Amino acid sequence: MENLGSLALLLAFCVAIYAALASVAGRIKRKPFLVVSGRRGVYAVWALITVASGVLVHALMAGDFRFAYVWEHSNRSMPMLYKFAAWWGGQEGSLLLWSWLLATYSMVAAFTNRRRRRDFMPYVTGVLMTVQVFFLLLNNFVANAFKVFALDGRITALPDGNGLSPLLQYPAMAIHPPMLYLGYVGFSVPFAFAVGSLITRQPGDGWIHTTRRWTLVAWLFQSAGIMLGMAWAYHVLGWGGYWGWDPVENASLLPWISGTAFLHSVMMQEKKGMMKVWNIVLVSATFFLCILGTFLTRSGVVQSVHAFARSEIGKYFVGFLALGIAATVYLILERLDYLKSESQLESVVSRESSFLFNNLILLASCFAVLWGTLFPVISAAVSGDQISLDADWYNRLMVPIGLFLLFLTGVGPLFSWRRTSVDSLRRNFQWPGIAAVVLVGALIAAGVRHFYALISFGFCLFVALTVLVEFYKGSRSIAARNGMNLARAAVELTHRNTRRYGGYLVHVGIVLMFIGFTGQAFKLSEVKELDNGDSLKIGRYDLRMVKLEHGEEENYLWDRATLDVFKNGSELGLLRPEKRLYKASRQSTSEVGIRQRLDEDLYLNFGGMSDDNQRAVIQAFVNPLVSWVWVGGLVLIGGTLICLVPSKIRMQYARTQVLRVTSSYATVQK
Amino acid sequence: MKKYGKFAALIVVVLGTLVYLAVAGGNSNATYYKTIAELGRMGDQAYGKRLRVGGDVESGSIERAGSQVHFVLVQDKTRLKVAYTGSDPLPDTFRDGAQALADGRLDKDGVFQAGKIQAKCASKYEAKPGQMPGQAPSSINTGKRSI
Repeated sequence: MENLGSLALLLAFCVAIYAALASVAGRIKRKPFLVVSGRRGVYAVWALITVASGVLVHALMAGDFRFAYVWEHSNRSMPMLYKFAAWWGGQEGSLLLWSWLLATYSMVAAFTNRRRRRDFMPYVTGVLMTVQVFFLLLNNFVANAFKVFALDGRITALPDGNGLSPLLQYPAMAIHPPMLYLGYVGFSVPFAFAVGSLITRQPGDGWIHTTRRWTLVAWLFQSAGIMLGMAWAYHVLGWGGYWGWDPVENASLLPWISGTAFLHSVMMQEKKGMMKVWNIVLVSATFFLCILGTFLTRSGVVQSVHAFARSEIGKYFVGFLALGIAATVYLILERLDYLKSESQLESVVSRESSFLFNNLILLASCFAVLWGTLFPVISAAVSGDQISLDADWYNRLMVPIGLFLLFLTGVGPLFSWRRTSVDSLRRNFQWPGIAAVVLVGALIAAGVRHFYALISFGFCLFVALTVLVEFYKGSRSIAARNGMNLARAAVELTHRNTRRYGGYLVHVGIVLMFIGFTGQAFKLSEVKELDNGDSLKIGRYDLRMVKLEHGEEENYLWDRATLDVFKNGSELGLLRPEKRLYKASRQSTSEVGIRQRLDEDLYLNFGGMSDDNQRAVIQAFVNPLVSWVWVGGLVLIGGTLICLVPSKIRMQYARTQVLRVTSSYATVQK
Repeated sequence: MKKYGKFAALIVVVLGTLVYLAVAGGNSNATYYKTIAELGRMGDQAYGKRLRVGGDVESGSIERAGSQVHFVLVQDKTRLKVAYTGSDPLPDTFRDGAQALADGRLDKDGVFQAGKIQAKCASKYEAKPGQMPGQAPSSINTGKRSI
């Protein structure tokens, strides 16, 4: 079996090289047969990597402990789900997953476009297969998943394996890596389309439309992956938070930010023919940030809680990044004339301008996060001191950035193209603005003094109202015309222009998440050593320890505290935080006790036993509004899905030179 | 040209604010990674900076006194006294001979005041081809993190 897996990977490597060369050569020499064979090569690569992955998954499921990989990342007593998830539990397997996902994306892209865009699809295949060759190089020669144990020249099976890291044995964690990888890998397709269009100097915007959809798909998965990661951190790591600006977390955020910037600025290109260079740069940057993210996650170059195996793999990534970036920059410079902008900026208060600032601020935040993440490496290179920046540094920068973005989320979509009249400003923003000011006033009166929190809540209401008004206005006119009720009309409205109204829903999701983030400003935490009968007071809660137990299971030792929870004197029930120490790995995990409600979570972590081993150290947190982060995440994903549904009415993007200025409401009614 | 002036001014304001925020905290958000030997060579510069120092926990050196835990980190025969004053319980992997990372500051007595300790097992083990792996732990405990 191990030979079948290795052979399939080796063949895939060769076929991928062939597919890349044949497609491009076929296009240049105008030989359709070569191009078709290149495309079929993509299918073959997919089939071969599928076979290799199948071999590995079979070995994991069947417990074939001759494989070093199976031994390291699974054991007999693991549930089937985690045996399957062990596919991406380690270095070799997750790189194989990367390859397989890329092959899948490539196949879908090649298949769905097989009769379209014949002039530039060969280049798309070429780019995708080049990336594929790089990852297959790693799969074959650097991190091979099919190594077996041998003793005295004979292949030997071991009795049982190490097991998947206990931290990863959690349902959200089982699907978090594939989601994130679907995002990371997915951004390769828009990049390939961009490069293809650049090489062939595509006229028109057909390719932009396709690219945008692909970007949206990748962005959807990336968002879902990040959200799952946050949920996992919150429920498993036991420190009461969900985002710690850890390098690996940052690595997943970087392409998400630049992808977000692209999804916005590409509208400028579709509608106004502006920002073409910028868009190409953004697509490419997103792709390379994905590669960088994989590199940071996999190489251990920056210290991280995810602390994966340190390995030789880093230099391959550095080489690939350097070559790829150099080639892309050369291509962009070479094709600058093709990327010439068709219109100009006219006013600071315009849709164009809001896009410009949206992009500026997103890119600035992307750069800031990148800077902070790589600071230990940069500082070591410059001064010789390895210096890391803490979460406070990120928060000081990212909180104002986030608030500014939130503000743009509200005003941007309602600014008119070219310039916005004072009249339209008043019409759109008067009432939401007044409502926001009233809310902030009320909060101050209620005793809230946290500056950023006040601003955030104000903006959240403002943005939510502007979106609501947009839905209401559109629905009302449809309802009046077709005699529908308002709810039915809202669905119809969304269906007619899924991009616009799906986008608004994504904005609502962002607003809800910001409400959750802002709750962090009012977070409470308390640590206390408790014995039976002792109590701990945090906020309005009184916790009384009723039982402290210890025990042993097959895989782990556990300590568990049972606490009776009272709020304002009335009893709410029991919470049971638990600490587990896994015997095989000597690694401990937390089973936190959470009482999740929409207004606030009570979060208890069993920190460990006190030094005299008599009392339990209980860490208690009250996290106000944190559930809105998860609710917002779901709304965001739902909104993105709606964006992907084709609109009922086919939209025409008239790229018009404006002949005269109309003073009326200038948003094109689509 | 006037409108471009406005854009330029706004962009400068936005970026300027961000750069200010990024550097305003000075060194207070920075943590320096140092070896024990480097710490010794730093002299007076070592005081007051936030530092992260790694080494092995010297066998028999762990002493508990009330809420404080004292121990000695050793790296290439250079020793460093550490006092742990943090509120989180120490990770289970923190024991004699373990590799530990201490986060904190050096005080004038030459005792390193750590607010956070991360530890991993010394016998970190990875199976090599051609060898039978033994009963050895292969994962590390990164301890707690805090925001």
